[in-house]
Amino acid sequence: MKPDPSDTILACTGLSKHFGGIRALQEVAFSARRGEVTAVIGDNGAGKSTLIRCLVGVHVPDSGEISFDGRPARFNDPDEARRAGIETVHQNLALVDELTVAQNLFLNREIVHRLGPFAFLNRKEMKVQSRALLSRLSINVPSVGQRVRRLSGGQRQAISICRAVGAGAKLVVMDEPTAALGVQETRNVEALIARLRDEQVSVILISHNFDQVMRLSDQVWAMRAGRVVGTRRTAETSGNELVGLITGAGPA
Amino acid sequence: MTEEAQGGADARPPRRERPAWLEPSFWADWAAVVGLFGLILIFGLSAPSFLSISNLHAVLVASSILIVVAVGQTFVIATAGIDLSMAATTTLSAVVLGICYAAGFGIVAACVLAVGAASFVGFLNGLVITRGRIPDFVVTLGSLSAVTGLGLILSRGEPTMVSSLFLLRLSSGHIGLFGYPVLVAAAVALLGHVLLYHTRFGVHLLATGGHAESARSLGIHIDRVRIAAYTISGSCAGIAAILLVARIGSAEPTVNTTLLLNSVAAVVLGGVSLFGGRGSILGPVFGALMLTTLVNGLTLLGVSAFYQPLAVGIIVILAALIMRYQR
Repeated sequence: MKPDPSDTILACTGLSKHFGGIRALQEVAFSARRGEVTAVIGDNGAGKSTLIRCLVGVHVPDSGEISFDGRPARFNDPDEARRAGIETVHQNLALVDELTVAQNLFLNREIVHRLGPFAFLNRKEMKVQSRALLSRLSINVPSVGQRVRRLSGGQRQAISICRAVGAGAKLVVMDEPTAALGVQETRNVEALIARLRDEQVSVILISHNFDQVMRLSDQVWAMRAGRVVGTRRTAETSGNELVGLITGAGPA
Repeated sequence: MTEEAQGGADARPPRRERPAWLEPSFWADWAAVVGLFGLILIFGLSAPSFLSISNLHAVLVASSILIVVAVGQTFVIATAGIDLSMAATTTLSAVVLGICYAAGFGIVAACVLAVGAASFVGFLNGLVITRGRIPDFVVTLGSLSAVTGLGLILSRGEPTMVSSLFLLRLSSGHIGLFGYPVLVAAAVALLGHVLLYHTRFGVHLLATGGHAESARSLGIHIDRVRIAAYTISGSCAGIAAILLVARIGSAEPTVNTTLLLNSVAAVVLGGVSLFGGRGSILGPVFGALMLTTLVNGLTLLGVSAFYQPLAVGIIVILAALIMRYQR
């Protein structure tokens, strides 16, 4: 069960988090392997989001150890996690509508010419690199100079993911990346996630959708009532077994 | 991924055959420019003296103060805020200039102190808004009153004569059609444009106004950005004060309320969204030119000054309506 440590991008042991009297996480042990898509499943309130938020610094856990990229890690805020190489793709907290695709892709990591206290944008270079990044990940947008507001939901999600990859993330965390999307757009975002794995980007995917988890992930972790109740290689499990795990009907 | 390309085509109305000028968004983006040229046409035909060199020169000089204030207001409105204290700050800054000059400071030192005082007022506005988490509207409405009072106290309600050769030259000198105040306004607009569109700060400002939570989640210090925006609007109020004192030859403690309304009006006419995230410098400049042209033309036509606020108000509300079609 224990993977080779050099293979592990992110791991935690004994992670607990209380909110008042509610024990949201109890002694959770979790790990994600480098270059794989690791899925976390569970019912509403099972603690998936709390686990992820503890891992990326949104919440500070009450107890437990976290290691990232082979080193102990304690992130006090998401900014620290991002600097360490963990990018989170949020559901709706993602893009600035009124900025262009290229501006969004390079937001707060702009390419600039420095001149004294002033940082002048190198807009041409950012556009060139944006186009290169989008075509590398086969994302179609009419123009990188287009405002994000006029893109579809799927395109926007693709651009958020692209920004995470472009920022040089070692690990991209996605919380329900297709929850708000239609069938076709979901398919496109799933294709993008599959390409990330081909590029050896590590992904943690929170999802309600068993079919999606079976299609995309390499390893699945199931949670129930604040605990991890089991983990499987995706290739060696089935949707029914996973349903059993998260509802408590099957063997843990 | 061709499906995504189609998704993009859906997001954009595929009515290619319609010319751009039939789309409402065209009018939204170009309202100020179209309005300005419409007014020039109307007044040019109906008031013969309107297109004379001396009148065009006067219109440009008269709009320079409003342009400077509108550029400052643009920075605040682009962050989804509003600075209602700008005109009052201009007045206070003029009073500071007058007092410093009367106290024997050199004119350059007096101007620097005036701009410094105005920038400080802007900085304080930003600080209270961000640290105190109070709506911009309330804070700047309060500072409008407080700053006005401070100006009255400092000046004891009396105007101060400022007879400086430097300011006299500033107000009367010109290069061709363009008086020096116009050149100052153009320089402020150019600096504003570079700052907004060619620096990292500008992008962060638009991101803060467009979606503050996103900007914060990406590590942008949105409070600092907003404080900087108010400090910029304060500085612009200070520069406007120098032009104002140069123009009337004295520092008056009475607040020019038209300047406040027109600064917001010029920005709205210029296509800057009051919801933030969307900026333009050229737009508000044209907005300021349009409002000044309107007042000038109505005066030349002999329309009573009482009609001017009515006309400005109607135009601003119409402009805001057209802005809904922006995309």
